[in-house]
Amino acid sequence: MQNNFIIESENLTKKFGHFTAVDAISFSVKPGEIFGFLGANGAGKTTAMRMLCGLSIPTSGKATVAGFDVYKQTEQIKKNIGYMSQKFSLYDDLTITENINFYGGIYGLSKSKLKEKTEYLLDLLKIPEMHTGKLLVSLPLGWKQKLAFSVAIIHEPKIVFLDEPTGGVDPITRRQFWDMIYEASHNGVTVFVTTHYMDEAEYCNRVSMMVDGRIASLDTPYNLKKEYNAGNMHEVFVKIARGR
Amino acid sequence: MKRFLAFVSKEFKHILRDYRTLLILFGMPIAQILLFGFAITNEIKDAKIAILDFSKDNTTQEISNKILSSGYFLLYKNLSSTRDIEPAFKEGIIKEVIIFEPEFGKNLEKSKLANIQIIADASDPNLANMLIGYTSSIILDYQKDLLKGKTLPPIINTDIKMLFNPNLKSVFMFVPGLMAVILLLVSAMMTSISIAKEKELGTMEILLVSPLNPLQIIVGKVVPYFFISLINYIIIIILAKNVFLVPITGSIILLILESVLFLLTSLSLGILISTISNNQQTALMISISALMLPAIILSGYIFPVENMPLPLQVISNIIPAKWFIIIVRGIMLKGVSFSYIVTETAVLAGMTLFFVLLSIKKFKIRLE
Repeated sequence: MQNNFIIESENLTKKFGHFTAVDAISFSVKPGEIFGFLGANGAGKTTAMRMLCGLSIPTSGKATVAGFDVYKQTEQIKKNIGYMSQKFSLYDDLTITENINFYGGIYGLSKSKLKEKTEYLLDLLKIPEMHTGKLLVSLPLGWKQKLAFSVAIIHEPKIVFLDEPTGGVDPITRRQFWDMIYEASHNGVTVFVTTHYMDEAEYCNRVSMMVDGRIASLDTPYNLKKEYNAGNMHEVFVKIARGR
Repeated sequence: MKRFLAFVSKEFKHILRDYRTLLILFGMPIAQILLFGFAITNEIKDAKIAILDFSKDNTTQEISNKILSSGYFLLYKNLSSTRDIEPAFKEGIIKEVIIFEPEFGKNLEKSKLANIQIIADASDPNLANMLIGYTSSIILDYQKDLLKGKTLPPIINTDIKMLFNPNLKSVFMFVPGLMAVILLLVSAMMTSISIAKEKELGTMEILLVSPLNPLQIIVGKVVPYFFISLINYIIIIILAKNVFLVPITGSIILLILESVLFLLTSLSLGILISTISNNQQTALMISISALMLPAIILSGYIFPVENMPLPLQVISNIIPAKWFIIIVRGIMLKGVSFSYIVTETAVLAGMTLFFVLLSIKKFKIRLE
């Protein structure tokens, strides 16, 4: 395998009994890229992502993440990635500062670094100081979601995995959320994002369309639209899902 | 280590912030021990009785006095006819009627045989049994006094001594069981709920993706409850010793070490439960039905294991609380040393090991 890719996967497969959730997928992701993983619910997006995060051992195939093997080096992988899941991933009964301190803490950030990061984040998210001592439960979802993303990259990982990060969020917040993703990508973080919002696919550098555990198509949104002769990604998806 | 501490400090925040649960955690042991100590009692004190004396001679008077001055009984009324007996019971106040036959004293002197009938209200069978037992022993006592200095019929003298709990105080029996139940409740139930909560909210994923390893997560979850249980445990001991005067005849260090062992058993059970439940409700239901009920009913906490049917006696062996209760009663009441409770200790240690290994296995399967 070549070293200029940050994620490489070759025939990666995951079976649960007789059911093949992920069927021999192969792809590679360049550093700093925003790589979209699209598909209907149950297409195997989350399972594929879990394997790459070291949460689930593949049944067969090869894959490396940040240069580490997904079978043997899951601990090293975990140190180099950030993760945000479709379920809200912060603690409602802790304050904003406490959440930041906790996630910084489990990633081993030093005290001074934590303090610096906290100030930076509060400033970035424009959270007024009066709110930092409040429990998270009292904050609007949009803020929480943006905070969750910031916390996922607090330790400056090489790659951040986002599992349907914008579920249940209003369009404006979604737009702001994508601005943050671009910002992270600009800073050199590779973004691996799953979604089933087809308009979000347009924001990715490259998109892989998953159908029934296989990658049906993989290219830039522009090329995909051209190839399938479609006006937007939604049409592309419909055509792929119907088998053209 | 720093990562681990960050995790533990988060756990403490969760617990301290949830003040309702906190109140239950610390209030319940106190409430329970006060309830069990004061309300549930197997002792008889001032039971109201009635006497129907057809003889009214010196002997019956002496016996009546002896019974009424024992402190167990209180004369509610004197009856004059057998027809009064049933209405008197139906009133619901008296628990026992003592009837002396006519010519009681004369019969006793002449034919050496006189009859007393004791009628008890058996709508509460345990109480009825106890009342009759107490009454008969007082009468027997009187009879012994009569025989003093006479060498008439040979009789077998039974000299009874109640070891380890001479006053038969029920709180002595309840405290060890209560310790087991509280420790189980706080450590096993709360641990399983708190781990299940992370799964339910989806934060468990985040923790598993972080550099924390699963062992650190589990131990981090357990540490706060370990300390809370320990505090609870000390509260129970202080209350038992100072309010109810339960003795600690054995070594207190041994008692604490054994309790820490049981605490670990409970915590490992909590972890095991959390590996098989995906949300807080399931964890709670399993904890109550698989831990609390057996610990209360089958452990010997309230009902003696020896009196159960054989199948239940066999089942009771797999209940950790049973072994812990034997240990605690041994140390607190009998003052036994470690050599007497080696088997029980080994069983608890073995169970703990088994639960831990099983949890690790289950946890790994989940990760697959």
